[in-house]
Amino acid sequence: MLQQPFEISGLALLAPTLLLGVTALVLFLIDSIAPEESSSALLSGVTVTGSLAALAAAGAILVTTGGDPQDLYGGQLVVDGMSLFFTFIFTSVTALVALASYDYLEEFRYKAEFHSLTVLAATGMTLMASSNSLATAFISLELASLPSYALVAFLKNNRGSVEAGLKYFLIGALSSAVFAYGISLVYGVTGHLQFNQVAENLGAAGDGLVGVLGVGILMIIGGFAFKTASVPFHWWAPEAYEGAPAPVSAFLSSASKAAGFVIAFRVFTVAFPQATAVDLGIDWVLAFQVLALVTMTLGNFAAATQENVKRMLAYSSIGHAGYVLIALGALTGSADQALVLGAGMLHLVVYGFMNTGAFLFIALVEYWGVGRTFEDYNGLGKQAPVACVAMTVFLFSLAGLPIGGGFLSKIFLILAAANAATIGTYVLAFALVVNSALSLFYYSRVVKAMWIEDPVTDLEVGGYPTGLYAAIVVAAVVTVLLLPGLGLFSGVAFDAAASMIQ
Amino acid sequence: MLIEALIGVCLLGAMLTFVAPDRVAGKLAAGISLVPLVGSLFMYATFEASGNALFGGETMFGMNLAWFELASYQLSYHTGLDGISLPLFVLSTVLVPLAILSAWTPIQERQSQFYGLVLFMEASLLGVFSALDFFLWFVFWEAVLIPMYFLIGVWGGPRRKYAAIKFFVYTNVASLVMFIGFATLVFALGDSVGSFGLPEVTQAIADGGLGSVAGVPGETIALVSFVLMFIGFAVKVPVVPLHTWLPDAHVEAPTPVSVLLAGVLLKMGTYALLRFNFTMLPGVATDLAVFIALIGAASVIYGALLALAQQDLKRIVAYSSVSSMGYVILGLVAYTEYGLGGATFQMVAHGLISGLMFMCVGVVYNTTHTRMVGDMSGLASRMPYTVGALVAGAFAYMGLPLMAGFAGEFFIFRGAFASTVLPNNGMALITGVAMFGIVIVAGYLLFAMQRVLFGEFFSATDYEVREAGVHDVAPLIVLVLLVILLGTAPGIFFDMIVTATRPILDNVGGGGEAAVESLGSVLGGVR
Repeated sequence: MLQQPFEISGLALLAPTLLLGVTALVLFLIDSIAPEESSSALLSGVTVTGSLAALAAAGAILVTTGGDPQDLYGGQLVVDGMSLFFTFIFTSVTALVALASYDYLEEFRYKAEFHSLTVLAATGMTLMASSNSLATAFISLELASLPSYALVAFLKNNRGSVEAGLKYFLIGALSSAVFAYGISLVYGVTGHLQFNQVAENLGAAGDGLVGVLGVGILMIIGGFAFKTASVPFHWWAPEAYEGAPAPVSAFLSSASKAAGFVIAFRVFTVAFPQATAVDLGIDWVLAFQVLALVTMTLGNFAAATQENVKRMLAYSSIGHAGYVLIALGALTGSADQALVLGAGMLHLVVYGFMNTGAFLFIALVEYWGVGRTFEDYNGLGKQAPVACVAMTVFLFSLAGLPIGGGFLSKIFLILAAANAATIGTYVLAFALVVNSALSLFYYSRVVKAMWIEDPVTDLEVGGYPTGLYAAIVVAAVVTVLLLPGLGLFSGVAFDAAASMIQ
Repeated sequence: MLIEALIGVCLLGAMLTFVAPDRVAGKLAAGISLVPLVGSLFMYATFEASGNALFGGETMFGMNLAWFELASYQLSYHTGLDGISLPLFVLSTVLVPLAILSAWTPIQERQSQFYGLVLFMEASLLGVFSALDFFLWFVFWEAVLIPMYFLIGVWGGPRRKYAAIKFFVYTNVASLVMFIGFATLVFALGDSVGSFGLPEVTQAIADGGLGSVAGVPGETIALVSFVLMFIGFAVKVPVVPLHTWLPDAHVEAPTPVSVLLAGVLLKMGTYALLRFNFTMLPGVATDLAVFIALIGAASVIYGALLALAQQDLKRIVAYSSVSSMGYVILGLVAYTEYGLGGATFQMVAHGLISGLMFMCVGVVYNTTHTRMVGDMSGLASRMPYTVGALVAGAFAYMGLPLMAGFAGEFFIFRGAFASTVLPNNGMALITGVAMFGIVIVAGYLLFAMQRVLFGEFFSATDYEVREAGVHDVAPLIVLVLLVILLGTAPGIFFDMIVTATRPILDNVGGGGEAAVESLGSVLGGVR
């Protein structure tokens, strides 16, 4: 790559990433001053402040640039509406998780490490959102993944947590290798790593190299499948989400999944534009249609058979990855592509709040020491009405009922599939309907347990932790407000999608 | 603005009731629900709009604000009432306070939650009948499910959990199927429509904007959309064979909830059928008229036969609803002034009558703790007012003249016999067969009444049977009076309904009968 003069304006445009990185360093600093006595409040406070500052910086950049793409460092990174939109998701999830961890971590050692690892992962995610070349994409993906492995295994003395961490790490390493190999094949065919240049040189595959390019693209899809917990690299997710501390599950299933999607959106719309790829005979849209169908069906059917609430949410998270894959599977030539991609983005932003909230409720339940199965939740509504109302909001919104933004974003995805008007996308639309019905069944089992069933044991919740409650209530309020207020995001999302697609 | 104010009162009232202590919740909710009642009566008194909201007709009491943009589509917050929606709006505001009153006796647990959910449901129902933008309407449409799930699941009978989840999943799938149908329709309109507003979409279709998409011709798309939307709404109505959730939900639901379920929620289905299928796609509706009419007739007959086979009073009334809603379908598909008008009128009339019947059954159950026909007899001597109301409701169901049920069914039959949507008087033939349903209804209701109400007093359960309290009987009396009022002066709703259904017929263009005599002469001839 060419040496570029160091651009000072680039630093300002990367302010969200830098602020997150600095926050991580500050956390280390605090920890090194007083390793054993660092207070939970201080660490959570610094993390929340840092995340919110990054969020504000992203907002400010969006306002000043109007979402126009800003190339940085010779086009290796790009700051545009898409990257800022996802930065909003990452930073808000990080802030919520940090707020909740204030109580959750109270009993644990290594609090500073926990917070700085989440913030470092968030740094990697914001870089992923800005990546404009396969090289930066790979590096930022690793930057986001490595802290995540450690976070999953954070409960060192808990067998489940360590096992989950190991499993996550091994599958992550495997999929990284697959991803890197895919990149090398694409590079071999096109001679470029930067997305737009890859797109320009896709024609080079015409000389008998279509097969190589096709395999390369398939392997890159594999890398994304890991990060987004989609089929075929989904099976780490139930273990990792179940074994990890619940705030980490919240972080991974919301932010990390969104990070996987933003890079997939960019790679497949910019580097492998649908029209060019189809001309070459590489119809990745079809691949995503199959993946979406299998992922959502598998996730929901598996979720419906679970007895453990956290594991149910883990599978439901796979199901939602399948829903968002519609945003790639419906990018056919006949579709209004901005509408399709925008629908996926909007679902991810709503998902960021409702799913984080649901996992944080699990964190609250773990904090209380209530059991993990549906039956253990019986009668919880009488003991902790506020948290249970919030959880009901999360679950119904996840199921797509109009109590939160999940309703609108889910029907936007159906709309996106109907918009593409092909047999394949209609199948996806009906699959989403069937899966949605199934999800209503298993989500409402939790609701039923909390409100309708009588407690089987003498349930006594221990205290009302401030941080967890605050995070859950904030997530619930935002989820509800996203129903009338999704318009605040829809403009940005559709503009960002439109500007990336042309 | 007034619509939003009333919905807002319901929502705020719901929150207030939710946190209120149990002992005042019932009275508080009853008080709050009077506000929408007064508001809607004021609306009725000052209503002077005419025309159909979907055909550019004037609407009142609503507002139209930009909500947000969905790629190239503008979504709006658009509400308003026309002659079709105002009667249903009034029906909702009338039934909710009465249902709340009737809940004072049977609902003894978690009262503040119960009444809060009822008010939340009222807010959603008012939204369904007043929203004029698809997304806004869909939000309210689906929002109704949430309180209903809890109302059945928490306060219902022994199999309440099963009934609640069945209702929940069944109707949710139906809604999404309907949504795919409507989305397909809007996308097939392409550039000729830039929003999901119901008037805009209707207008674009009427102007012939339905083009081919990806090689599929517009007619096929219209057909597919029609069928998908019909299935979606038919579950809510419900029509045979999509009715299986209804008896479960009705039997398990506590009585005040059954009142709202039969009285208002079922009308959402027929209202949506009228607004979407029969208004937007009249061409497909007339093409498929024979199937739709047969479905309607099958619902009438099969529902009545199912009712005939029941021993549980609540099940009898529940299946009767399936039967009565079949008439509404027949009226809609007839595409005549009296057909469409009568169908809409029947929605209101059946709302009041079925509400009355469920309340009566509820009062009987509160006293005797059984609903089985064989478990009791001779109630007339012990609880004369309740029995009187029950008899009145049954007669209204049977279509006794001067009761609301007679007016509704008569309009429908008259409209259906005059209909020309099917060749060779086919519509009259099918309607003639469906009219046999009235005989069955009369049969099972008279039989049940004879066994339960009259003869020697007997009760299989050991409870003291006597007349219920004032707040139990008062809603019954009010409903009986309203049923008689609507039966003797159907014009109070029918006149405004007809102004709103006329543009639909104009759009069909010759599908139905051309000229209609004045209402007075028709009724005069009957009397």
